[in-house]
Order: sequence, then C-alpha cells, then structure tokens
Amino acid sequence: MSTIRSRFKIQYAGFSLETDLNFPAEGVTVIFGRSGSGKTTLLRCLAGLEKSSAGFMKFGDAVWQDESKKLFLPVHRRPIGLVFQDARLFPHLTVRDNLLYGYRRTEPTRRQIELDQVVDLMNLQPLLDRRPQKLSGGEQQRVAIGRALLKSPRLLLMDEPLANLDAQHKQDILPFLIRLKREMRIPIVYVTHSLSEVVQLVDTLVLLENGKSVAAGPANEVLSRLDLAGKVGPSAVGSVLTATVAGHETEFGLTRVQYQDHSLYIPEQPLAVGSPLRLHLLAQDISIALGEPQAPTSILNRLPATVLEIGSMESKGSAVNLKLDVGEPILATITRKSLAHLNLKPGMQVYANVKAVKMVHEIEEY
Amino acid sequence: MDWQPIWITLKLAATTVGVLLLIGTPVAWWLAHTKSRARVWVEAGVALPLVLPPTVLGFYLLIALGTNGIVGGPFESITGSSLAFTFSGLVIASTLYSFPFVVQPLQGAFEASGRNYLEAAWSLGASKWDAFISVASPMALRGYVTAIVLGFAHTLGEFGVVLMVGGNIPGQTKVVSIAIYDHVEALEYSQAHWLSGGLLLFSFTVLVTVYAFNRRLPVHLS
Repeated sequence: MSTIRSRFKIQYAGFSLETDLNFPAEGVTVIFGRSGSGKTTLLRCLAGLEKSSAGFMKFGDAVWQDESKKLFLPVHRRPIGLVFQDARLFPHLTVRDNLLYGYRRTEPTRRQIELDQVVDLMNLQPLLDRRPQKLSGGEQQRVAIGRALLKSPRLLLMDEPLANLDAQHKQDILPFLIRLKREMRIPIVYVTHSLSEVVQLVDTLVLLENGKSVAAGPANEVLSRLDLAGKVGPSAVGSVLTATVAGHETEFGLTRVQYQDHSLYIPEQPLAVGSPLRLHLLAQDISIALGEPQAPTSILNRLPATVLEIGSMESKGSAVNLKLDVGEPILATITRKSLAHLNLKPGMQVYANVKAVKMVHEIEEY
Repeated sequence: MDWQPIWITLKLAATTVGVLLLIGTPVAWWLAHTKSRARVWVEAGVALPLVLPPTVLGFYLLIALGTNGIVGGPFESITGSSLAFTFSGLVIASTLYSFPFVVQPLQGAFEASGRNYLEAAWSLGASKWDAFISVASPMALRGYVTAIVLGFAHTLGEFGVVLMVGGNIPGQTKVVSIAIYDHVEALEYSQAHWLSGGLLLFSFTVLVTVYAFNRRLPVHLS
C-alpha cells in the first residue's frame, strides 16, 4: 500500500513540532489536536508552505522533501490541493475564474477533473458568475474545495475547513465532504480540533499533543485506547462503528441499521436503505448488563460484548473506563461501584446497552 | 501664455512616476513581506523625504549629482554630460523626493492582501511571479492608483528640490512651480494667476476622478 512518509522538526519561540509519521495514501487521515498542538504547522509542512530543517517527506514513491540531499519541491510544483480554514477565494475574480485558476495551471494531459464535474459535485451552478464576497461562508468553502479539486491533485490537504462555519453551515457542507470521499479517489489529510465533524469521514487518526504525535493508526483503534481517553475529549469520546441502513420506522422516527449481525435503532436519517454510515457511540452512553434482561426494558440497542480491558483506577472520581469487544473495540464509562458490584474481569461475556447512538451533529464540540 | 514650463512639468511628473513604479514596487513588496531586521531602517529611509526640508535633500543631491559627486562624476565620465541642472537630474531628484508617496500606498496594499492569498495561488500551481501578476497586483489595484496619483501630484508640487538641483533653465528645468515664483517676483500677477489657477484646477480634477474611481473598484478587502 502506498503511504505518505514524513519527518519534520520545527522550532519557534515557545513552540516546537517534531513528528515522524507514516500513514496510508488513501482514504481520510485526520490530524487531531487542541489549538497550539501543531496540527496546522504539520499540514503546512506536508504542503511545502513551511520548510523544516532536516525534514523529509515522501508521497508514494515520489520524494518531495529530503533536506539531507537539499531536495525541496516548492509548493507550486507539488500535486496537492489545499483548502484553508478561511476560504481564501480571490476577491478580484468571479467564482468561475476562481475555480479555473488551478485548472488553467495544470497541464492538459494531467487534468483528471473537469469544471462540470466539480460544479455538479459541489452544487456550484447558481454561484458561477458571482463574486466571492457575495457568498455565505459555507458557499465559499464549497468553491474553495472545488477550486482545489480542479487542479487534479493527488493529495488533498484540508486545514479545519469547517472551523469558521456555524453549526447549520457545517451540516450543509458535511454531505459534500462525504460525497467527495466516496466519489473521488483522492487521499485526504484533514486537520481539525473537532472529532465530531469527521466521524463520518475518518479512516486514519493522528493525535497531536504539544507538537508530538501521541497516537497514529486506524481511527477505531486510536479512539478505543483507554490510555488516550482523556486526550481525545473531555470525557472518553468512545468509538466509531461502521454500519449500513437497513430500514426506516417512520412512525417511531427511527432508522434501523445493521451492524454486523445486530440491528440498532438510531434517530431517523435521510439516507437510502443500503447506505453506509458511521455510528458514534459515546462511552458515557453505554452501560453494562451481565445477561439477558429479566424484565422488559426501554433499551433498544444491545450488543453482546467481551470485556477486553479495564481502565486505570488511579484517577479520582467515581468513573472508570472499560474497553469492550463488540466485533470492533468500543469504550464504556461506568462507575467504580458498578465495576465492583458486577465483579467485571477481562474476558467476561456481557451485554453493552447503548442508551443513544449519537449522530454527528449531536456530539459535543471538544 | 508660457506652455514650456507646463510641458516640462508634465513630462517630469510622468517620467518620475514611471521610474517610481519600477523601483518602488519591489521595495514596497519587500517591505510588506520581509521579516528582516533591516526593514525598520529601510522604512525610515523611505519616509525621510516626508520630514526633511526640500533644501536638505536638494543640497545633498546637488553635491551627489555634481561633476565631482558620487553619482554625477561616474555619470559624466560614461555619458559625457552632467547631471546637475539637467532634466535627468531632475528626474533623479523627483524620484527620491516622491518615493514615500508611491512606496507607502503600495506597501499598504500588499500588506492588506497579505501572504494568505499568495499561499492559495501557489498551492494552485502558480509560481511566485505568476502569483504576483495574477493575484497580488490586481488585488493591489487601489494601491497602484493611489501611488500613481500621489506620485504624480507630488512631483507637480515640487519646488525646493527642483530649485536646488535643476536651477531655473528655461526649456530644460524650469517647471511650473518655479515659473510661478518668477512671475510673482517680476510682479507679473496675471501670468502667475493663469499658472496657479491651472495647477489648482488640474490637481483637484485628478484627485476627484481618482477618489471616485477608487470607490467603484471591484476589490474591497476590508
């Protein structure tokens, strides 16, 4: 599998970045961290906007930077598309000319995407002859993504593309990002401080803290690591499961999804039967039962699970995190009293009761 | 009516503005984007003509441009003609004198559009020069208009430096401002009225046109 290999070291006053990463050159890689963790600097290094001494970067077989050989491919020669937090549309050009700016600077033989495709994908037809200043934030960001795509990049780098948008506009853009991921075979590196906005997208997760990578790997593995629970969010964020839409129960306002051999109910989603989607399970919404319930219960979603690991008890407070296997690893937060009462041990078969399956927009911002 | 000073004045202002754009653009660009410590020194140097009496600048220029000066000497040995008391000398003097009026608006415009749009252009495959031509320059259009008008108008209004460096040679270095001075000295008030009124009307018309035009430009950054 083709990978993106990089090694950067940058030192500013009061800030340093030192990373050594190797992640797949496919799907969506999310670089996640608090503000000041160095995630934007890392993206700028990948783009070639920052030049770190002793830096190294290789995209597949192509070396873009190797300071030991004094090799540095300047940003305008790299086959990348870059989407900034602020859209940075050129104010003196119409939307159409903004879109075509990179397209016109791409050799015709290397073009893989045409204007019509992008207009269609990002729904830009009504905007084409307008000036960027007259667009809403969400529209500007759609144009910016389209503009980057029209350069036919082999790697798309996105720096918090939703951070400047309000909740409504975030919801408007997300479907476009999901379409982008499904329809274009372009690896994406996506920087964000909000995991919730990328739950539907993320494949690989890189966790940055104080300029250093503290975890990197498949999103599910990273998210369900007990030792990282506090670093991912204020409480253990939990886990992401991939499921498919199995049917709708409109009279109850529910959508039934299939996760492996199990059915789960989530608030009704406007998705066709058969569509894949990601479920985000917050650790605090999962409780544990030792067997089948004796009395009827209001809990709709139950998954048989195996206890894998019990989190550290050193921290103060009443809660403890468990790692469970439900086919994929997930996290659950229960009280220490319950842990003792149920006498939970690794290897035990239990049931995970899921009180709620959060969809993207319901998840608290980090 | 003496047309000659008017013609010389316009020719001087136009030439000066042309030279200023060629030299001022890279200087303004450097000032807008550099992180060098030399920046404050260069900025102060650019602003000097704003605070110095024209006679100070004129005095040093006269020495530098003279037959034995550091500029005039080599120039004379190469071209065989002197710089002081010539039109070329006047262009050099005006360029220095009007330098801040061109550099400052350009620098402001380049700073306002900043590095961000350039980064976007580079990421879309534009080389540095391409990005300067296709993004930075059109975005700095207002700055250019202001720089051209201020540079032109300020050269029209020059007096002290011209008198020191150019002398008062009819047909060569006698510009309108000096012609007016001569007329007043000779108590020829009607000629002085014609020239002064003409300069006033011209300057005002130009400024009104520019301010009106500037409001209608498509690029509003702020």
